Amino acid sequence: MEKTLSALPSLLSLEPGAKLAAASRLGALVRGITELASKQKQMRECLVRLIYCEMLGYEASFGYIHAIKLAQQGSLMEKRVGYLAVSLFLNESHQLLLLLVNTVLKDLQSTNLLEVCMALTVASQLFPPEMIPAVLPLVEEKLQHSKEIIRRKAVLALHKFYLIAPNQVQHIHDKFRKALCDRDPGVMAASLHIYLLLIKENPDGYKDLTGSFVTILKQVVGGKLAVDFNYHSVPAPWLQIQLLRILRLLGKDDPVTSEQMYDVLDESLRRAEINHNITYAILFECIQTVYTVHPKADLMEKAATCNGKFILSPKNNLKYLGLKALTYVIQQDLNLVLQHQMTIIECLDHSDPIIKRVTLELLYRITNAQNVTVIVQKLLEYLRESKDEYVTISLVGKVAELAEKYAPNNEWFVQTMNAVFAVGGDMIPSDIPSNFLRLLAEGFDDEVEDKQLRLYAVNSYLALLEKDQVQYPQRFLQVMSWVLGEYSYLKTETKPEDIIEKLHCLLGKCSVSSETKAWILSAITKLFRLTLNVKVLPEVLQSYGNSMDSCLRQCSFELKQLVENREIMNTVLPLDASCDDIVVDASLSFLDGFVAEALGHGAAPYKPHHQRQEEKLSQEKVLNFEPYGLAFVTSPQASSVTGRQSPAGLSIGSEISCNSTEAGIKDSNSLKLDGVKKVWGKEGYLRKRESKVEALASLGSESETTTDTSSKTERTATVSEEEQEKQQLASSLFVGLGSNNLVSLMGKPQSSTQKVWRKSKIVEGQNGHEKAMNAQKTIVPHPPQIPNLMDNVGERCSLFQESKAMPLRKTSSDSAEVPTEQPAQGYDRSWTPSNNLKTIKAMPSASKEPFSGLFADGNFDIIQPANCRSAFEAHDQISGLAPSLPEEFAQHAHSKLELLCANENIALFSCKIWKEDCLLIPLFITNRSSVEVHNATVNFALTDELQTSESTDFPFPVVQSQTTVKCHLCLQMVNPCTQVLLTGHLTYQLESSHCTQEEFTLILFLIDFIRPLKLTTEEFGHLWLSLSNDVKQNLSFAPNAPEALSSALHTLQKELKLHIVDIIGTEGIIACQLLPSTPCLLHCRFHGGILSVWLRSPCSVLPDCMLYECQKVMQNVQL
Amino acid sequence: MRFMLLFSRQGKLRLQKWYTAVSEKEKKKLGRELMQIVLGRKPKMCSFLEWKDLKIVYKRYASLYFCCAIEDQDNELLTLELIHRYVELLDKYFGSVCELDIIFNFEKAYFILDEFLMGGEIQDTSKKNVLKAIEQADLMQEDDESPRSVLEEMGLA
Repeated sequence: MEKTLSALPSLLSLEPGAKLAAASRLGALVRGITELASKQKQMRECLVRLIYCEMLGYEASFGYIHAIKLAQQGSLMEKRVGYLAVSLFLNESHQLLLLLVNTVLKDLQSTNLLEVCMALTVASQLFPPEMIPAVLPLVEEKLQHSKEIIRRKAVLALHKFYLIAPNQVQHIHDKFRKALCDRDPGVMAASLHIYLLLIKENPDGYKDLTGSFVTILKQVVGGKLAVDFNYHSVPAPWLQIQLLRILRLLGKDDPVTSEQMYDVLDESLRRAEINHNITYAILFECIQTVYTVHPKADLMEKAATCNGKFILSPKNNLKYLGLKALTYVIQQDLNLVLQHQMTIIECLDHSDPIIKRVTLELLYRITNAQNVTVIVQKLLEYLRESKDEYVTISLVGKVAELAEKYAPNNEWFVQTMNAVFAVGGDMIPSDIPSNFLRLLAEGFDDEVEDKQLRLYAVNSYLALLEKDQVQYPQRFLQVMSWVLGEYSYLKTETKPEDIIEKLHCLLGKCSVSSETKAWILSAITKLFRLTLNVKVLPEVLQSYGNSMDSCLRQCSFELKQLVENREIMNTVLPLDASCDDIVVDASLSFLDGFVAEALGHGAAPYKPHHQRQEEKLSQEKVLNFEPYGLAFVTSPQASSVTGRQSPAGLSIGSEISCNSTEAGIKDSNSLKLDGVKKVWGKEGYLRKRESKVEALASLGSESETTTDTSSKTERTATVSEEEQEKQQLASSLFVGLGSNNLVSLMGKPQSSTQKVWRKSKIVEGQNGHEKAMNAQKTIVPHPPQIPNLMDNVGERCSLFQESKAMPLRKTSSDSAEVPTEQPAQGYDRSWTPSNNLKTIKAMPSASKEPFSGLFADGNFDIIQPANCRSAFEAHDQISGLAPSLPEEFAQHAHSKLELLCANENIALFSCKIWKEDCLLIPLFITNRSSVEVHNATVNFALTDELQTSESTDFPFPVVQSQTTVKCHLCLQMVNPCTQVLLTGHLTYQLESSHCTQEEFTLILFLIDFIRPLKLTTEEFGHLWLSLSNDVKQNLSFAPNAPEALSSALHTLQKELKLHIVDIIGTEGIIACQLLPSTPCLLHCRFHGGILSVWLRSPCSVLPDCMLYECQKVMQNVQL
Repeated sequence: MRFMLLFSRQGKLRLQKWYTAVSEKEKKKLGRELMQIVLGRKPKMCSFLEWKDLKIVYKRYASLYFCCAIEDQDNELLTLELIHRYVELLDKYFGSVCELDIIFNFEKAYFILDEFLMGGEIQDTSKKNVLKAIEQADLMQEDDESPRSVLEEMGLA
């Protein structure tokens, strides 16, 4: 067969050299064509065989290109086989696929239905995200095709596109609605696939469709569809199930929407009485839907009865599904398990391992302190039988979790964990041993109990090591050696030498990996502190002192040094102090000198990870249509943005990198300011304090605005912009005048910082530069505190303000001049004081004389763009262009409006509005220019952590001059993280000029997405049991007063927007949720000056994040 | 749906359709392992499996096993019926289908599958419609072929 194919190219080509009589030329041509045609037919045969060969496992890649050729050149039948072969041979990442694009495009435009069908099928099967744009318009067009089969295939192809590249299909959402209303039920059913995805991502965006879905389902259930759609006399089961799924998503946690669907659910439950698989399939979906939507008692009862049918069925398939539904249902109603107790017990010993496993899963969900021993025993039995890696990994995790939570006593706990380690072998996830060791080390509240537990563990491991010939998994050995090293001292009757001897034996075994050997060596090191007998020592040192493994070598050298110097040994390895905190110089301040030196030699300053990523992203941006500006003009602006975005002080580095070495030294100076105590996490706290102050400031200024009109507001406005102004000025000055000036400029605000923030420890660790910024922020409400230098800055900025504001003012007063008065004219000195009276009033202390001298033409031009941003801010506030929050937003808790980015034409403002169901980011786009702005589009780039229900694009075809338009974005957090950057860009066109792009960034914090979760104590209890991811942590908490707990909880409530469910004695329970609807439950216990917090959530990351937030708040309280 | 496999009781693959991008090597490995597991199960056992991170639904028709890997949220019973519907379609098309039909006309089996499922989602639940589409294509194909045979005759003549 391969022979045939490799011979094909020669067969395919006509033989030009054939000698033919002139008379038979025509005949030869005809023969040639037919030969070619029959060759194609032959090729088709070959390809079919090739597909078969490949399925049998032979290499067939040599024929791929022929498949593509056939799809391209063949007539209908060949095309069909060609496409089939291509779709079977190639996958999305295959390079040859590029050759297919043209063929598919051609066929999509074909008038032949079959060709269009084939092209749609192959596009939906093969096309990778980057190729979708090529066919998308044509596929979209097919949504309006007259044949329903084409429409249906187009919808399904779009569904597939949505799966692999959701953002590319976003613009056709309204066409999906059309497909949903299609007169052909097949097209409608196909569109439901897309709707299921859309609704899963954003249930709130489609609540309005609930009624339509319910109506469709009613009609289907009522048998209104053509008989064609019946399957074994059940009307359109696939459609029914799809609708039930959609309704489930819509009705979840929503009583009003759920209300609409109760009837039809009831109807579905009733209708499905025929004893056939397909009716059971519908019932199964129904049960899930009933238990997911807002609960209704009688429906749930009916669903429970139905579920009984499944569980009691003799058919294994139904039994399996019944048990599965039960694991789902018990989250609402534990009693159902009791009804089926006996069946469950039977299923535990079922001959089919799958049914056994699903039963165990069910048992795992209902475990409590009473039944834990039995259930764990069953789980371990199953584990011993199972050979499957996936099963083992998931089950050992569950056993370990149950053992930790509900262990009745120490012996059982240690034995169970031993079994877990022994059975799990080396497949065991690394967090299980480390959790176990942490538990042993941290202990519980009872000192005696802890000792017993540890002693028991030591005893059991010694016993296990007694046995020869038994090989333990590496992780188990690691656990053993750690425990023996750490806690052997508790076992007074055994000499440490004996244990060392045992471990030494273990070291010699070849089955032990070098990682484990390192664990054992460090255990031996710890044991040597208990004894002076160093008999084994030389042997160990000899074998590992020269080991090829550097880790082992290091361990043995440590051992040698420590044994020689007992004093160090006792300080480095104190007894029973494994979980005491060791003071670590986290900021690595001892390296500061080195860093300074490196910077002095011209090394680039360090940038934190997120900033590097940000820069990388911005570099990846597509073509830049703007001409390149002067480097020092753009850099200050850019750096002021990053400086604002990232709380980490070092990120200011980007600015410095644009400058020269002196700047590097300045940076290293600020590095030295980092105190040893500085932990990066504290910045968050610092930010909050800042924002509070800012909020105060804004409050202050707002109230002033209402009482007093002109001068006061304007002054605050001017002062507040000084912070940015100053930074920009610093950079521009630096360029012009050299380093000395910069240093003195930076020096003064720093000293003022210390005055203001003296009481706060947090600031100690701050980078000097950021301190300067803080200082300015704090100064805002207190203008008298501004040092002299700041006055200067203010004056300068007032100048730019005036000159910049001028042309705009003119346009507002005299519109006839508009076309000639371009913003560029603001740069020259054509203004007269009388024209700008009002602006000058804004800066009563500013005198303009020095500046006309200082900024001769050249200088002025350079500095202008850098300053325009703040100058504009001021201008906007003066002329009333600055947006204010509309009523519907202002009623919610919100932050102050902030300027995101600005230039001479456009300004973007935003803030955060903490709505109950989302974080709303309004965006105000102000057109400052004197002309209309066209095609303005705001586009947000959402990271994986965030989601929104709506589109992230906001187009504004026309923005009138001197007006503000607004849009808003509702955000929810899908993947919890403590902070996330929301980036976006604004593109627009001025008159007919080219597109301009402005980028902006907002930092969003986890707290922005946390909302209180109102629960009763009982609901809390139910939910608590059903959640599996938990984190426990002790927070030290100084005041030991009786009301300390409640005050701590109320602080948490206030700072983190939590809901205190109940406070009972020394315990308190709190609930909150991460938007959209991930609950997080907290259980706090106050004991001896320590607040132990236990968090649970269905999401594995959320507890960690929340714990981090709690820690921050508690630290805040203590300070 | 992630993929669909048809294989014989002897563990010979008869048809495979992958709806997600998987490398050739991985396909072979998954197929081999899955066949081993499915063939190792007893007749009365449950048709559903949880294997790796997949849900597997399989059913045996005579000497052929039909095996689907589905997403976590998919309905197992419905998938079982989907397999059944596919078998019905094959049966109707070939007229009481047997393993040999699929071996010799496996491209037809693929065509039917492509008409029935698209991108792993069911496309047409109506048996009549699917077969109509297939027959139409077959018919067109014959139309397409007939002029060629005339030419062929001419060439030979």
